[in-house]
Amino acid sequence: MDGAWALYEAWVLLQEGEIDAALVYSFGRSSPGNLSEILALQLDPYYMAPLWPDPTSLAALQAQAMIDAGLATEADFAAVAARARRSALGNPKAQVAYDRSPEDLLTEEYEVAPLRRHALPPLTDGCAAIVLAAGDRAYEWCERPAFITGIDHRTEAHAIGARDLTHSPSTKLAGEKAGVARSGVDVAELHAPFAHQELILVDALGLGPDVDLSPSGGALAANPMMSAGLIRIGEAARVIWSGRADRTVAHATSGPCLQQNLVCVLEGV
Amino acid sequence: MSERCAVIGIGQTVAKSKREDVSIAGLVREAALMAVEDAGLTFADIDAVVIGKAPDMFEGVMMPELYLASALGAVGKPLMRVHTAGSVGGSTAIVAAHLVASGIHNRVLTVAFEKQSDSDAMWALSVPQPFSSPLLAGAGGYFAPIIRAYMHRSGAPRDIGMKVAVKDRLHALKNPYAHLHLPDISLKMVEDSMMLWDPLHYLESCPSSDGAAAMVIGSERAVAQAESDTGRRPAWIHGMAMRSEPTSFAGRDQVNPQAGRDCAADLYRQAGISDPRADFDMAEVYVPFSWYEPMWLENLGFCAEGDGWKLTDAGATSLIGGGDIPWNCSGGVLSSNPIGASGMLRFLETALQIRGLAGEHQVPDARRALGQAYGGGSQFFSMWVVSVDKP
Repeated sequence: MDGAWALYEAWVLLQEGEIDAALVYSFGRSSPGNLSEILALQLDPYYMAPLWPDPTSLAALQAQAMIDAGLATEADFAAVAARARRSALGNPKAQVAYDRSPEDLLTEEYEVAPLRRHALPPLTDGCAAIVLAAGDRAYEWCERPAFITGIDHRTEAHAIGARDLTHSPSTKLAGEKAGVARSGVDVAELHAPFAHQELILVDALGLGPDVDLSPSGGALAANPMMSAGLIRIGEAARVIWSGRADRTVAHATSGPCLQQNLVCVLEGV
Repeated sequence: MSERCAVIGIGQTVAKSKREDVSIAGLVREAALMAVEDAGLTFADIDAVVIGKAPDMFEGVMMPELYLASALGAVGKPLMRVHTAGSVGGSTAIVAAHLVASGIHNRVLTVAFEKQSDSDAMWALSVPQPFSSPLLAGAGGYFAPIIRAYMHRSGAPRDIGMKVAVKDRLHALKNPYAHLHLPDISLKMVEDSMMLWDPLHYLESCPSSDGAAAMVIGSERAVAQAESDTGRRPAWIHGMAMRSEPTSFAGRDQVNPQAGRDCAADLYRQAGISDPRADFDMAEVYVPFSWYEPMWLENLGFCAEGDGWKLTDAGATSLIGGGDIPWNCSGGVLSSNPIGASGMLRFLETALQIRGLAGEHQVPDARRALGQAYGGGSQFFSMWVVSVDKP
């Protein structure tokens, strides 16, 4: 599970009043191993893992399902990737950042059709840490804290064939429980490791065209396993601290093809 | 804790060397369904699921919460995974209980498992970790020198561990879910068994088991409903605590770890315990190798430091011997060790005793019980107190 779920666990204890401050951290070091092989081991050990399906191939099935359903085109995927990498130019922690047009990106070779290199996340070593504080303690430590006003997470079935991969009902439900639609959203930081997944998440969360999507560059700019979701929460908090936004949404995912999802709503007061 | 909460449903599989009739999902679902039905519920009544197991290296299934979502009826619900090595079963129950104590959920299902026949624990515990000295000897090889340090420090006679081994196996004969049933168990049989890691004989070590454990933890409202639906009383949670410390640091006391003492102190403060030996009617404590009984008697404050072996020697911890503070009436980890579930089994057995449902290994009129689990290199601790009385 991504560190975002560790943050959820800390939030539970804060809600209960057991503690009034917490340090949440998570890390991922993908460089020493073979991530594709390792991630195949998170699949059903009897029916799927023995086939060694790599995460890019599974994501490609999801992207192809979107194309087949008429929900998106390869040009849409390229547009997401171009915007994310351009945003990443302003993020000093980003691993992959560039200013290239979607048309240019579409000249790349396929990695696994219909996904070209630009639609894939990088392999990343990285770590993130977040300090949570309750009530007045938050004001002692931070001039403009980002308060968690709603947080929820939901899972879906594991078997790829048992799911409609073109939609994310778990994100939709978590978003409803977290109260995303109760008021306007200025910024959404979405944990979409593959470009097409951002389109699924935007739809599931009901985000309109005026929402600033993943200004950090998102998981396409840097994707440390187990941390890329927690980083989304940090980035969504940071834009509140700076006064650039009043209400933001952060999202984290776990498992193949967005199986499990967490949504966190943050507000500056 | 802000909201009252209690155990309202319990399920466990029989522990065995090999459950070849079920997959991992089948094993876990068996315990989960038992717990849900024991509470008079179905999966539809459960708000969230919290699952724990020992490291993913064991069965080689990474993040098994993903694969197990459907088997646990978790689709459309929050599903959490907990990792704290051998203590994980206890930590998992605590994470689940906090979801109720915080007022977030009404009924939470918590599950832990290990299918050791699909894994190789000895190998999984011996793989070199970055920045750590290699173990290469499994758990027994790691703990044996610590046990020898305890013997040296306390001056305990060499047969204390063997007495624990016999006592827990006699308890197991009264527990139909226990893996080891050794009707002929005796000190001589333990002594004659192979020496594995001096001073630990084969029969002073835990078995390698397949098994799963599950509980449903409910709010005050859920408790009232379950009591009227099933006629079975709840086990109220009076305190829960977790502590951890690094595997090694200068000056670390591995025989009597600080994290364990701190965890017990926090727990006893919450539950109003001043004299554990007198205040508890029984305890289920993680004793995978015989000598950990006297060591944890001291760490948990049941006696002064150095005196743990004297309680064991005098039979104070024996249910059958009529001891005043029976430990591990279920047979303990020495009789069943589905590693990820072993910690939860300790917690579950305390709830079973408090609910008066322990059958032949029931402590008469058990009103307050301690559950403890530890893991890693004696570095992760989780504990809770359950009672007949509403807090």
